[in-house]
Amino acid sequence: MTTSSAGPAALGADAGTAIAKQRHSEGKRAERRLGLLLCAPAIIVMLAVAAYPLVYAVWLSFFRADLRTPDDQEFIGLGNYITVLSSPIWWNAFGVTMFITVIGTFFQLVLGMLLAIVMHRTIIGRGLVRTSALVPYAIVTVVAAFSWRFAWTQNLGWLAGESAPLTDRWSSLWIIILSEVWKTVPFMALLLMAGLALVPEDLLKAASMDGANAWQRFWRVTVPIIKPAILVALLFRTLDSFRIFDNIFVLTSGANDTASVSILAYNNLIRGLNLGIGSTMSVLIFISIAIIAFIYIKLFGAAAPGAGDDRR
Amino acid sequence: MSYQQETTQRKAMWAGVNVLVLLYAFIPVIWIVSLSFKDAGTLNDGNFLPRSPSTESYQQIFTDYEFIRALINSIGICVISTFIALVFGTMAAYAIARLDFPGKKTIVAVSLLIAMFPQIALVTPLFQIQTAIGTFDTWLGLIIPYVTFALPLAIYTLSAFFREIPWELEKAAKMDGATPYQAFRKVITPLAMPGVFTTAILVFIACWNDFLFAISFTTTSASRTVPAALSYFTGATTYERPTAAIAAAAVIITIPIVIFVLFFQRRIVAGLTSGAVKG
Repeated sequence: MTTSSAGPAALGADAGTAIAKQRHSEGKRAERRLGLLLCAPAIIVMLAVAAYPLVYAVWLSFFRADLRTPDDQEFIGLGNYITVLSSPIWWNAFGVTMFITVIGTFFQLVLGMLLAIVMHRTIIGRGLVRTSALVPYAIVTVVAAFSWRFAWTQNLGWLAGESAPLTDRWSSLWIIILSEVWKTVPFMALLLMAGLALVPEDLLKAASMDGANAWQRFWRVTVPIIKPAILVALLFRTLDSFRIFDNIFVLTSGANDTASVSILAYNNLIRGLNLGIGSTMSVLIFISIAIIAFIYIKLFGAAAPGAGDDRR
Repeated sequence: MSYQQETTQRKAMWAGVNVLVLLYAFIPVIWIVSLSFKDAGTLNDGNFLPRSPSTESYQQIFTDYEFIRALINSIGICVISTFIALVFGTMAAYAIARLDFPGKKTIVAVSLLIAMFPQIALVTPLFQIQTAIGTFDTWLGLIIPYVTFALPLAIYTLSAFFREIPWELEKAAKMDGATPYQAFRKVITPLAMPGVFTTAILVFIACWNDFLFAISFTTTSASRTVPAALSYFTGATTYERPTAAIAAAAVIITIPIVIFVLFFQRRIVAGLTSGAVKG
């Protein structure tokens, strides 16, 4: 629109677009208001119950705060962090957690992939296989943990006989991994199966005609295509494994040096009522989880779920 | 699968593989069920299946006040949490899937952050806050954190479902003379219901499963849920080992979930994969 075309008609057209624009932006504003209004309850709950307490936990971690000596509360700066980070108990729990996370996630990936392929490819009884594979996902973790505990209890369990593996550190750790893996393989498999569904059959067929065997087709065709699904599944499972609590609580309660960082934090918080030390551990766990997520997303290039919002 | 011949041999191979999957999924379940049916005399015989099945332990737990109370707590707390999470989650997911407004990405990111949150990090502050405001060891004391952690799950799953609804249908209905309310009620709601229902199942399972909050924020049978009660179980009589009673209680809390899963298998798979992979 040029200034030279100044005339009543042009003016009218100008005013018209302005009104349309205004109406449009009014509609936009209403949409924005509605959007925020609809999200408000969810945001308020999430902020009140997650964000505020997290800040409070960070705050508490700088204090000597032991509920058994409530009058002795004092700001001690990084004192708690020095105590925790120089404690062999913390590093033992950290090692246990990392061991369970790394080994457990590895087995979850391998078995999950096998199960995903079975669910994706099976010719007969597909519904039956898919349904029963969901059973471990649905079972309450504590119930599954009790099942494994009783199975390995001396004289009681069908797997134990005369031995008592849950009284020994290393066999306990392997049983903890077993129960964690058993429970979560189906979830892993479902995510991977969603990825497998995206692999075009024609591509596999073409590879097959070019003489690629099943193994080559898997590594050269399937894996590259489903890599995003694998990374997201791994990210989810790694973060979840790092938080492991229920299984260990039921299987060993953290005895024989099998406590994870969450068990240790729980023991300090709820059993020991030492809020300062417990909060410090909580904050350290939070930082660890953030680092793991960062590594996956930045270094491995896992798509952060939700980041794909603009793809639609 | 045209390039793979469906031979008899192949079918036999798959049958074998399927049996392996079934064994994998069911062995720990059958073991805990069989343990719950063992009587006091054969409990410690180490057999996988009971030799003389009895319902002793079931009679025991169903006459146990603590267990019944925990069961009622579990059902009540999980149903209420699921309902609230679903209402808030549907509102937010609708907005995220359909409307354009500032801060949308932030909301998605924040809920992702909460989904990944180490729950233990919230135990101390929530423990303190709850004792201060008096919700410690009450239903509300569990419902609030359950809703919080169920919200990201609900928002992700529902917004994935909502994105797949063809909203043009709504416009078409309006053009045919339906009021906006009618269009929403008659066209969109029926399309959205399966997603909402699926999400309800997933959220309920997540609440039903919780253990950390349940043992941290409860001290008495007033609000202790079954997973937490299991770990404190002493059985009806204190002189015997509560193994069989724990097994029976474990079976009872597993049944509703397994029935859900068996009936709604397809929807659960759709919900889990859409929420997690499609983001």
